[in-house]
Amino acid sequence: MITRVLGLALLAAVALIPLVPMGGMSQYVLHVVIQIFIWSFIGNAWSLMGRFGLVSLGHGAFLGVGAYTTTLLWNFYGLTPWLGVFVAVAAAVAVALVVAYPCSRFGIVGHYFALVTLAMGEVIRLLLIAERDWTGGSLGLTLKSAGDASFLGIQYTDKRVFYYGAMVVWLLGLWVWHRLDRSMARAAMEAIGEDETAAASVGIHVSRFKLGVTALSAGLTAFGGVAYAQYIAYVNPETLSGVGVSLRIVFAVVLGGMYSLLGPTVGTALTISLSEYLRVKFGVHYIGMAETIYGLALVIFIIFLPAGIYGSLRGLFVRKRRAPAAARARA
Amino acid sequence: MSLVDLVVNNPLLLAEAALNGLLLGGVLALLALGLNLIFGVLDIVWIVYVDLAMLCMYLIYFTVQVYGWPLLLGAAAGIALGVVLGLAVHLLIITPILNSPPVNQLLATGGLLFFIQSFATFLWTTDHKTVRLSLPTLEFGGMFVSFSRLIAFGIAVLVMIGLYLFLTRTYIGTAIRAVSQDRGAMALMGANPQRVYLVTSAVGGMLAGVAAALLIIQYSVHPFFGAAFGPITFMICVLGGLGNMFGAFVAAFIMSEIISIGGVAWSSEMGYVIAFALFIVLMFIRPGGIFAKRQ
Repeated sequence: MITRVLGLALLAAVALIPLVPMGGMSQYVLHVVIQIFIWSFIGNAWSLMGRFGLVSLGHGAFLGVGAYTTTLLWNFYGLTPWLGVFVAVAAAVAVALVVAYPCSRFGIVGHYFALVTLAMGEVIRLLLIAERDWTGGSLGLTLKSAGDASFLGIQYTDKRVFYYGAMVVWLLGLWVWHRLDRSMARAAMEAIGEDETAAASVGIHVSRFKLGVTALSAGLTAFGGVAYAQYIAYVNPETLSGVGVSLRIVFAVVLGGMYSLLGPTVGTALTISLSEYLRVKFGVHYIGMAETIYGLALVIFIIFLPAGIYGSLRGLFVRKRRAPAAARARA
Repeated sequence: MSLVDLVVNNPLLLAEAALNGLLLGGVLALLALGLNLIFGVLDIVWIVYVDLAMLCMYLIYFTVQVYGWPLLLGAAAGIALGVVLGLAVHLLIITPILNSPPVNQLLATGGLLFFIQSFATFLWTTDHKTVRLSLPTLEFGGMFVSFSRLIAFGIAVLVMIGLYLFLTRTYIGTAIRAVSQDRGAMALMGANPQRVYLVTSAVGGMLAGVAAALLIIQYSVHPFFGAAFGPITFMICVLGGLGNMFGAFVAAFIMSEIISIGGVAWSSEMGYVIAFALFIVLMFIRPGGIFAKRQ
């Protein structure tokens, strides 16, 4: 009850951020928070698979497919992203199933699964570069402008629109995570993650659950890619589908803790704030310094906080609260 | 130009691409063997592996090109650095998380990758740095092959033979193979796994150093060298079967031929796209690698 009230209060505070007068800073603050919302949503989508041992290092593929589908449809055919997003999600789910079905069928798990997905990400990235006649190759592609405020093109110069839009998207991601967490699928997937053969032997349809979770994760990731492309209004193969992006998603989630609802959000907020802070601090004077510290911090965090920051803190908190209750029960 | 076009109209160009692919395969095989050795023993994929080789390349560049050391001495320094890096990664990063979930181990070396990449950018900027050698280009019946590639291929093959002898003929080599077969049993037999891990990491690092010496005479080095050669190295390891030395050796040549011929027939990106797509397809046909025994 207390946590629920606290959560709602926090949510209300976050929702009021755009209304706080911050002078010149407000655009920048909004920009950072919007990015946190979108990447948290993507991290959440990744963790739907990651928490069950399906560690994908190629979620950039889904981001790229999603973002490029709506962008190309809009630029070449003038199709509104409101409809394009359906095509984008369908395309990403199709890619996911093409790779995941054989993976599940032939029992590709663990390291092998991670490396197959890594290859999938590379294929998409290189295809985007190779098809430079439409995609602009490594130079990327800018969304065709539809004026200052266009509902059909989902283009707004006012960042507040994107702020609330991204917040809704983020909440949607949390809701999906929560629903899955409460469903039968979670128990089934946990059993599969522990031991596939044992799970199959008690009557769990291993392939169906694995493919379902993978499709869900891929579709949501593509949705996140579309949201990001609409906000930035520019797509680039490296920033969407590179190995770096795929790893960043995983880092943020593992850092926050992938077994808790808010883990991906905490991890993403932390990594984005850290990299923004370092970028502002070092700026153009020491190119690479910000990323250097970021990389070092990641290594240290993973060595010393293996359950993730939020996961560890929560573990501490929950244990403390439960201890007296357990003592009472014994007395 | 398409592949059919190439075969019909320009067989010489195709042959040249095939030969270059073969020569590239030697060096890729060396990298893949180093990574595979570590994986076989420690059950951890060092995502950062090719970036370690990149650091060795930088050292060779600076000793040879800036300080004027002879190339062989520079190469020796690069190999020594490889050994040190291999040991350092194992002791500082892997040892504390040896019993963590695999994803954390993968990510710890991934964090190191970010660190090395950006630190290299910070220290040496994104300029491409080249060791200038005046080696001739050889001609075989109309095909042109650079001498440096030929040397690199020859040395790579020699080092791989050396590695084979080390693993089969020495005591510690046998111990390494034993650990890669069964980690638990090896400890039960009273052997010290930590020592085997250290030797493996050092040998793996050394192979990265040798590969660096062979790469620097063909390619220029830049902070994203590891990102360019890393994924293909992992694919080779998996395709050959993680931990399977012979498989990695063969897979290296398959992949390098596809990249080289695909690069000439379409574009260099398409060469990689085909190689990665084939990798995914082959994984489905033979999940344990091309030389895995059917279960």
